[in-house]
Amino acid sequence: MTMILVDIQGIKKYYGARAELLAKEQASVKAVDGVSLQVYSGETLGLVGESGCGKSTLARLIMRLDLPTAGRIFFEGEDIFKLSGKDLKGYRRKVQIIFQDPYASLNPRRTAGSTIGEPLLINQMYDREGRALETARIMDIVGLTKEQKDRYPHEFSGGQRQRIGIARAIILKPQLIVADEPVSALDVSIQAQILNLLKELQKEFNLTYIFISHDLSVVRHVSDRIAVMHFGRIVELAENRELYEHPLHPYTVELLSAVPAPDPGRKKERVIREREIAGATNGQGKCPFHPRCPVRVEVCEKDEPELIDRGGGHFVACHGGA
Amino acid sequence: MGMLLEIKNLSTHFHTDFGVIKAVDRVDLSIDEGDTLGVVGESGCGKTVLALSIMRLIPSPPGKIVSGNVFFNGVDLLSLDSAEMRKIRGKDISMVFQEPMTSLNPVLRIGDQITEIIALHLGLGQKEAMARAMEMLSLVGMPSPGTAIRNYPHQMSGGMRQRVMIAMALCCGPKLMLADEPTTALDVTIQAQILELIGRLKHDIGTSVILITHDLGVIAEAAEHVAVMYTGQIVEYASVENLFATPLHPYTVGLMESIPKMDAPWGRDVHLKVIPGAVPSLDDLPKGCTFQDRCAHKMQICREEEPQLKEYMPKHRVHCWLYEK
Repeated sequence: MTMILVDIQGIKKYYGARAELLAKEQASVKAVDGVSLQVYSGETLGLVGESGCGKSTLARLIMRLDLPTAGRIFFEGEDIFKLSGKDLKGYRRKVQIIFQDPYASLNPRRTAGSTIGEPLLINQMYDREGRALETARIMDIVGLTKEQKDRYPHEFSGGQRQRIGIARAIILKPQLIVADEPVSALDVSIQAQILNLLKELQKEFNLTYIFISHDLSVVRHVSDRIAVMHFGRIVELAENRELYEHPLHPYTVELLSAVPAPDPGRKKERVIREREIAGATNGQGKCPFHPRCPVRVEVCEKDEPELIDRGGGHFVACHGGA
Repeated sequence: MGMLLEIKNLSTHFHTDFGVIKAVDRVDLSIDEGDTLGVVGESGCGKTVLALSIMRLIPSPPGKIVSGNVFFNGVDLLSLDSAEMRKIRGKDISMVFQEPMTSLNPVLRIGDQITEIIALHLGLGQKEAMARAMEMLSLVGMPSPGTAIRNYPHQMSGGMRQRVMIAMALCCGPKLMLADEPTTALDVTIQAQILELIGRLKHDIGTSVILITHDLGVIAEAAEHVAVMYTGQIVEYASVENLFATPLHPYTVGLMESIPKMDAPWGRDVHLKVIPGAVPSLDDLPKGCTFQDRCAHKMQICREEEPQLKEYMPKHRVHCWLYEK
């Protein structure tokens, strides 16, 4: 599990910035602001953060649905932003995405079978009969019956629609699946079914997941390693158990303390502070978290902390003693 | 403490092309003064329709409250005419909705939206109403109320908008506040702040709260009593301690087991327990118990006869044949 599958190097995505030379400098939203990250083959990397922290933008960049302002992403050693033509099509075969909202991400005028089988058609794989067989096989794997192939999305429940989305994502036997809040729109009892399915599929097909969620207990359940994002940057990255037992960054501590525990006997001590007005337009040269940080020191206002290994692969971007 | 709200045998049905949907089906429920009652269930279980029925806000047609009583301080809300109900709604009973963006008027300033209610119910003049609005906004922790009253909803973040909603709900000193998924659209750190705020205000003002949510974590944090709903019915009712210590209904047990917990063992091969299948469609419910097709303890009688909500342990009621003696 040590082979690097995805290598993200200093990736940045600013929205609203002028691209032209000599253009007047103007405020831009730094959705992703210098993220470097390696994803190992076969692992599940959890990506957590609150709305607006840039986690979905990062997903779009990895999918090559968006081009970065700066930085590079390598997949199996190849720069994905330099791919074109056949190579790009090949990349899109190896990397798939599962979206949050199974209601909005399926074409309402296509049957389940046609949505699931379309990637095969696009990539000219199998003949008509073979495609039908393969579609039926994948539907069975994700827990749909083959009789359901002629039904339309509105005839399915939320959980079944997400199964359709998952079937479409795995039919090309991808190496990497980016799951962007795959269970957030689902009911509690259905969430568990989908999380179990994703784990089973990972084992069966040796998949690598980038699992994006705002829900820390869901991320804890599925991930091998977890990266915490805040204002477009990764502030902490560690092995699952290490992060939850020894969080180092004050923002991670705050997030963990905010999760309501389903246990009325244990009302936790909270460390929530009022948060600044959203919008990561602040300039360089200081820690974006410092205005509400309990452990800030003088240097936090002068210098932006780097993401540094504090030992055993536990990275944190914080000047504090921690 | 006295009983503030007592719901008896309440049924709200919707008449559709596919038949009658029993969104709320013979619900009995009560809430004491100063109590927080959590109502938990999955989408479509009828928890929002229950709240709207109490508020008499069911769109009719297609909806109709077909039976029951809702006694509020001894008065049956269902017997009031709409003018009398309007005097109670927003004043004695108020509601906070899930989506603060769509429940605020986008073209009115925050101050105008709050003073409208105050002027209507308390008969205060413009100046006094504005002062009261400022007071409410600082009570809910708005950083600069003077600026906030001049703002439009789009100028605020989700958490701030939800604070405005709560300020509006509390500005006339209601005896009961219905909060329908008040934190679902918010980030966890903001959610924690809002829950803390509701708890503090309840303590300070003495308002009773009905907290509707799908999140058992939120229930455990904020509620004192809990009603679990499934297909329009209350399937279990208990104090929050008893519900989490000894859940009785197989659905409640299943819900609790299916959520990933922060202190559970972790590993590649750790799978969550699941409730098989999905919630049955309300226009096609099975005969007998509506949970039978997903239940591991299904018996012959579950297919034939519907169980009743009965007290099994002191103050712990369950709607299941397993506990019938």
